[in-house]
Amino acid sequence: MRAAVGASQEATREVVVSASELSRTFGDFVAVDQVSFAVARGEIFGFLGSNGAGKTTTIRMLCGLLSPTSGKGTVAGFDIATEAPAIKTRIGYMSQKFSLYTDLTVDENLRFWAGTYRVWGNEFARRRDWALNVTGLESRQRALVADLPGGYRQRLALSCALLHEPPVVFLDEPTGGVDPEARRDFWDLIDDLSEGGTTVFVTTHSMDEAERCHRVALMHAGRLLALDTIPRLKKVFPEGSVLEIECADAARALERIEDLPEVVDVALFGDRLRAVLRSADDAQTLESGLRSAGCGPLTVRATAPSLEDVFIHYIRQAGSKAPP
Amino acid sequence: MIRRILAIAVKELLQLRRDWRTAGALLGMPVVLLLIYGFALSFDVTDIRLGVVDLSRTSASRRVIESFLESGYFVRAATLDDIRAVDGLLAKEAIQAALVIPEDFADNAAALQPTALLFVLDGADSQTANTILGYARQIVAATTPEILDVEIRPPVEAVPLVWYNPDLKSSIFLVPGLLAFILMVSSVIATALAVVREKERGTMESLRSTPVRALELLLGKTLPYLLVGSVSAAGTLFLAWALFEVPVRGSLFWLAVVTLLFLAGGLGWGIFISTLAESQQVAFQLGIISSMLPTLLLSGFIFPISSMPRALQIISTIVPARYFIAALRAIVLKGVGPEMWWHDVVALIIYGALVLLAATARMMRSL
Repeated sequence: MRAAVGASQEATREVVVSASELSRTFGDFVAVDQVSFAVARGEIFGFLGSNGAGKTTTIRMLCGLLSPTSGKGTVAGFDIATEAPAIKTRIGYMSQKFSLYTDLTVDENLRFWAGTYRVWGNEFARRRDWALNVTGLESRQRALVADLPGGYRQRLALSCALLHEPPVVFLDEPTGGVDPEARRDFWDLIDDLSEGGTTVFVTTHSMDEAERCHRVALMHAGRLLALDTIPRLKKVFPEGSVLEIECADAARALERIEDLPEVVDVALFGDRLRAVLRSADDAQTLESGLRSAGCGPLTVRATAPSLEDVFIHYIRQAGSKAPP
Repeated sequence: MIRRILAIAVKELLQLRRDWRTAGALLGMPVVLLLIYGFALSFDVTDIRLGVVDLSRTSASRRVIESFLESGYFVRAATLDDIRAVDGLLAKEAIQAALVIPEDFADNAAALQPTALLFVLDGADSQTANTILGYARQIVAATTPEILDVEIRPPVEAVPLVWYNPDLKSSIFLVPGLLAFILMVSSVIATALAVVREKERGTMESLRSTPVRALELLLGKTLPYLLVGSVSAAGTLFLAWALFEVPVRGSLFWLAVVTLLFLAGGLGWGIFISTLAESQQVAFQLGIISSMLPTLLLSGFIFPISSMPRALQIISTIVPARYFIAALRAIVLKGVGPEMWWHDVVALIIYGALVLLAATARMMRSL
């Protein structure tokens, strides 16, 4: 029920990051198109979308690295357009590009990034111990970052962005090129941060990662299509309208049903079909239709919609609404 | 502010320590260049290959030949019987000059009649030919009384007294320019690459999200190279003194001040270039072209500014090396005080201030 907490208490919680009709254009290209949202303290807020959806552009505007073309935004109570210097002392940012110096050691990287945030003396010693602890690099302080495996680097980069204990941290596709185990460790670290009251704003194009966020914003072509907790996002589909069809000749079954009006979407996964129907009432007719078409023995059962189903649903909807 | 500058500067030095190629280039290149330029780029003409055609064969003619060889400038490369052989040897560059003593030389000399020696020169390299001709004239003038066996007293004599570089050695003239050249190229390239490297690797994006300000980044990036450049300059001067006997006659303090000012301008220019270039390759090319060519051609390093066409003279006023070399020659070779070269220092200050201002302004826009 972790996911629900973020949403239900949103109203009473302090807003740490907000955007109001935030837009950014590059020439004729609209990278971010009137995006609005509010992120509460301690929330893990996910920005889900494919490459070019406008995720990085949004994050860069919020971090004060890029000025908005129009609209407003605040981070930690400061205006992103006019108070970027104040914001920069209160955020941590892990860019999509690798943000450590590979020709420096673990310790030298920590020292450098702490220096840029004016963290020094006893405070630095305390934060360095924390960073070495959460990254598991206690025994490798003098190792060059170039010699570390990807998972360690990623956690080190995150802890470098957190040395000054900022209230908000922006992570732009933080787990690219990292193995699943390291990715899980990384997300455990994000959960810890959130429990400690740090707001985590994270972009991803991975559905698995998005499932670990308290709330998810679906971004597509610069627009925010939907924003809610995962369970609520999934309620866009009526109960029983997402089916998993197992059958001997799945390819033939796909051919048979993909053009039916009651089928919103269908895709082949190995020997299974996953179909989204307009309504749960159509399940019966679909099943009998398949049986009569001679696709062999088959089982049809209702299944929970995935985040991917939700995402595709919203992209379709946005596409059908868009002017030709 | 100080802490952030220090953090960047320390990081820069740590990276430089591990990057032995760049560190080697910054500290080793000056030595290599000094050796190459100091030994190879010399306008001094010695060991001139001389062809001798003695048609006179008298003690007087032998005396003339000896005086050429004893001067230390000429070596006998060929002894010929026929003046017509001279042409072929000059063409082959077997000889650079030929001394032809006519048959009637001794007789005319003894009779105190007007008499001539023929001196044939390869004029293809006009500068060298001029120098050789000068030596030949001096030698003949000095030997004349001895040959004629009379005391000649010209009514008016010009007595040359060469100051600052009494032997007219070109290495002494070249070292200040060489120092300017080395410092300019290495400082521009070092800082330009140091900033662009961060853009290429993506660390600049992270740096931009921190509270680090443009001026802090600029100082943090330049101060380490100012240190390295100073060490490099001191080493080059020491080596020039040890190998080429270049004296440092003036004050070391002023030498340091002028050098630091010049370095600051070069480092600022490197930062400026780094704001224009997106890749290390482009930064390197821009850096080389904008620092090497003007410093080599338009600074008075090799070609005197006073003998350039007016247009080039005007262009040379924006080349900082011009002022540095002028001040350096004054301090190192002449040992004169600031009253003689303060205007060069003012020019260096103006250049440094403008470049650093422009670099900071451009960096602010990107930061």
